[in-house]
Amino acid sequence: MGNNLKIKISVKNLSIYYGSFLALKDITLDIPEKSITAVIGPSGCGKSTFLRALNRMNELLPDVKTVGEVLLDGQNIYSPDVDLVALRRKVGMVFQKPNPFPKSIFENVAFGLRIQGIKDREKIEEIVELSLRRAALWDEVKNKLNRSALELSGGQQQRLCIARVLAVQPEVILMDEPASALDPIATLRIEDLMRELREEFTIVIVTHNMQQAARVSDFTAFFLTDENRTGMLIEYGNTSEIFTMPKDPRTEGYITGRYG
Amino acid sequence: MVNPRHIFDDELKNLRADLLRMGTLAREAVDKSIKALINRDMNLADEVIIGDDVIDKMDLDIEMKCMELIARQQPMARDLRTIGTILKTITDLERIADHAVDIAKIAKILADQPPLKPYIDIPRMCELSLSMLDDALKSFVNEDVDLAKKMCERDDLVDALYNQVFRELLTYMMEDPKAVVRALYLIFVARFLERVADHATNVGERVVYMVTGVLKELNV
Repeated sequence: MGNNLKIKISVKNLSIYYGSFLALKDITLDIPEKSITAVIGPSGCGKSTFLRALNRMNELLPDVKTVGEVLLDGQNIYSPDVDLVALRRKVGMVFQKPNPFPKSIFENVAFGLRIQGIKDREKIEEIVELSLRRAALWDEVKNKLNRSALELSGGQQQRLCIARVLAVQPEVILMDEPASALDPIATLRIEDLMRELREEFTIVIVTHNMQQAARVSDFTAFFLTDENRTGMLIEYGNTSEIFTMPKDPRTEGYITGRYG
Repeated sequence: MVNPRHIFDDELKNLRADLLRMGTLAREAVDKSIKALINRDMNLADEVIIGDDVIDKMDLDIEMKCMELIARQQPMARDLRTIGTILKTITDLERIADHAVDIAKIAKILADQPPLKPYIDIPRMCELSLSMLDDALKSFVNEDVDLAKKMCERDDLVDALYNQVFRELLTYMMEDPKAVVRALYLIFVARFLERVADHATNVGERVVYMVTGVLKELNV
């Protein structure tokens, strides 16, 4: 797969433990840059755990142990000298439920910039506008930037959260079920936005919605649990191949709706 | 545990049965059209011509059912390939039935004309083409890739027979201008039978795709 693509993230023998429970076992896969990689699988297969491992978000949970390497542009993000703030700026995340801050639309997008210590008002305004434009939200909010973000619809709030990630100029965007709380039209707008963002960013999306993975992604990874409820990578490849001729019968069973 | 896709599975099973019924009707139509030709049986020829409406209707019905399943059930992987195979195969079966009608019409024209020669190679071609169609349908039902591949190899035999019939009838035409019209019609008949074998080959290719996911021509 993707022979000519540059690899953005290289996951090598990644295993993750919650206490003594092995949640994810020996995952090895390469994520090409400027593409959308979807991670699919049944509930509890470790796909969100995998996603959170890509910017060390699992460490926010107690008693998590990570083994193996995640190379971002060839650098292991788990080496001790990695600056976690810089890492999470480079590898941004969008969550299942839109989680805007109870602040104005403008301040939501400016938040990361202010934390970075940027004071130049003009520069902040410029980046906020650019980020909102890239998130396909600008036209809807340009006349009410000082209104509370909580007044926006769910779909708008999710695009605002994407704009908030974009403002700090990430390279990778992780999305954990970004459309599962949205109606079908808002879902399609998010998917449309993802296709645009893919020109500049590397996107990894976890989704329950197989049709969404089929519609939006370039590559698909299928995760499944074994008898000990440990998540494993079963198959990884071009999305078009995974959904028309999967190699592993377990992938076939899952995507045709017959697994379990 | 109940198969979570049992509704879809039932519908797909019905669709496969429909396809098989359509294939059987197309096969019978070709068989009858050649019998009508050989036995100068106008009634049988008419039966084939009228019966084509049923096959045309099945073609449309099955296509609509496939589209509905795609829209409502979002089939993936082998399910998707099966529906794709059915969609393509009904076109081949519909064409086969059309060729039966073409042959039946010629049978009616030739019924009141003196025989040019005894029918030998045309019944053999018919038998061979229909045996290919039988195996194509059987390979679909049993998802039998080997049978489909072996069946496609026989297309060469049909082609060889067609060339032989063509050359022979050409000599009749050269010898006697009064034989030209009848010989031409028989060349058409041979050509239609050769096309039946080509369509059977197409079905075999789809069966291989349905089962393996590999789409390629099996007899070029």
